[in-house]
Amino acid sequence: MYSVRLWVVRHAGAFERIYNMFEPVLVKLHPVWNKIGYQRAEKPMSKIEQACKGLLFDCKMCGQCALSSTGMSCSMNCPKNLRNGPCGGVRLNGNCEVYADRRCVWVEGWKGSQKMKNGDRIFAVQKPVDFSQQGSSSWLRVVRQISKNKEQTREKSQ
Amino acid sequence: MIFHDEPNAGDPFPHLPDHSSQGRLERVLRAGHFAVTSELAPPDSANPEDVYDRARVFDGYVDGMNATDGSGANCHMSSVGMCALLTRVGYSPVMQISCRDKNRIAIQGDVLGGAAMGVTNMLCLTGDGVQAGDHPEAKPVFDLDCMSLLETVRGMRDKHEFLSGRTITDAPKVFLGAASNPFAPPYDFRPHRMAKKIAAGAQFIQTNYCFDIPRFKEFMARSRDLGLLEKVFVLPGVGPMASARTATWIRNNVPGIHIPDEVINRLAGAKDQKKEGQQICIDLIQELREIEGVSGVHVMAYRQEEAVAEIIDRSGVLDGRVPWYPGRDEELLKERA
Ligand code: SF4
Repeated sequence: MYSVRLWVVRHAGAFERIYNMFEPVLVKLHPVWNKIGYQRAEKPMSKIEQACKGLLFDCKMCGQCALSSTGMSCSMNCPKNLRNGPCGGVRLNGNCEVYADRRCVWVEGWKGSQKMKNGDRIFAVQKPVDFSQQGSSSWLRVVRQISKNKEQTREKSQ
Repeated sequence: MIFHDEPNAGDPFPHLPDHSSQGRLERVLRAGHFAVTSELAPPDSANPEDVYDRARVFDGYVDGMNATDGSGANCHMSSVGMCALLTRVGYSPVMQISCRDKNRIAIQGDVLGGAAMGVTNMLCLTGDGVQAGDHPEAKPVFDLDCMSLLETVRGMRDKHEFLSGRTITDAPKVFLGAASNPFAPPYDFRPHRMAKKIAAGAQFIQTNYCFDIPRFKEFMARSRDLGLLEKVFVLPGVGPMASARTATWIRNNVPGIHIPDEVINRLAGAKDQKKEGQQICIDLIQELREIEGVSGVHVMAYRQEEAVAEIIDRSGVLDGRVPWYPGRDEELLKERA
């Protein structure tokens, strides 16, 4: 929802902290996901993710969440799908070039990033969107990646 | 001014070690000259002469011409098509690539095609939204954004790879540009955004119309603090406004263009508004030239293209230098032979 989305970005710092607590829990559950099978967990997990993030961020389920690099303002709501900051068309009042009655996703995101501990992630260049991930769970992807990295470092140290 | 290794018209320059391209624009900028580029409005026709006619009005005054890619989301001859025609006779076009109409497969194909035709400069843009143009019902693509587009083309050039990792046997040697709009909010993010573009591969920057000098100075000062000015050539955009009415219309209807009231009032108060618009443009060019980090100007004289020569001439920024045009060196080459 538009108004919820704006409210969340105004409290980007809090949501950053919440996610930072939530992520390790998901990672801890890696054995559970493994047991169920990541593929089988995918469907229910993406449903849950969509419900939560859809409500809070108007999440579009791109499957490669960048909220922590966009000031908690979902950049897939930018009609140009920009992942790296505002286009040159932002109106003088900070509204979007395309939707004159809506705030520019990135004007809000820039404000949000300044409220975050790791807000400077907004300065990193984001990769192009992988459209084949659309609809999949970003959370599971992150967990799988982190667990895989951990295993690899463990194997190396042995 | 003629480079010592000036090639025949249409041929590339010898490749210098610290240059990315074999093109003229990069040569001029790296040699420290104040460069002039201009916007070349594409015709709504399939006649090559229309392109050449439009290019000829700039002869002797510009170092590069931007072949726009459906700018304002209006349909015209393609940027690739125009570049093909222009390079054929030796001009140095800047091929604009917008992310609005093509996905990564089409874009990378165009980059190779353009480079094969002798395009040495490419400008990576996001593009205006389709709502701004004459086909608002079109499907907006925006598969890449300008940032990932820059990285993609740089990867093709430096790593000899498509985005997919597949190898390119002969890489496109291009000088990479991007746009910047210091005049749109959030102002304090704009220098950072330019920094990102540089990190993604931008070597030169052309800006939107610059009418607000204090705002631009502020932008350049912040960019200097971020250490960007040594890494990039900045060419602020300028252009004559035909009248106060046109300026007001543009301000209200074209995305991203900021024209302060003073400029509009100055136009409105003039007897000959068109002349005044050109004078304002000349004044701006002269002011911009003095700002640290400005390497040239990019002239956008929509529907007043024939005025560009006089504007550049009267601004004095070329210091007597005559940028290349077909036929410029004919006498000299005859003597050489
Ligand atoms: S104004 Fe903002 S939200 Fe709108 S298209 Fe540009 S970057 Fe996206």
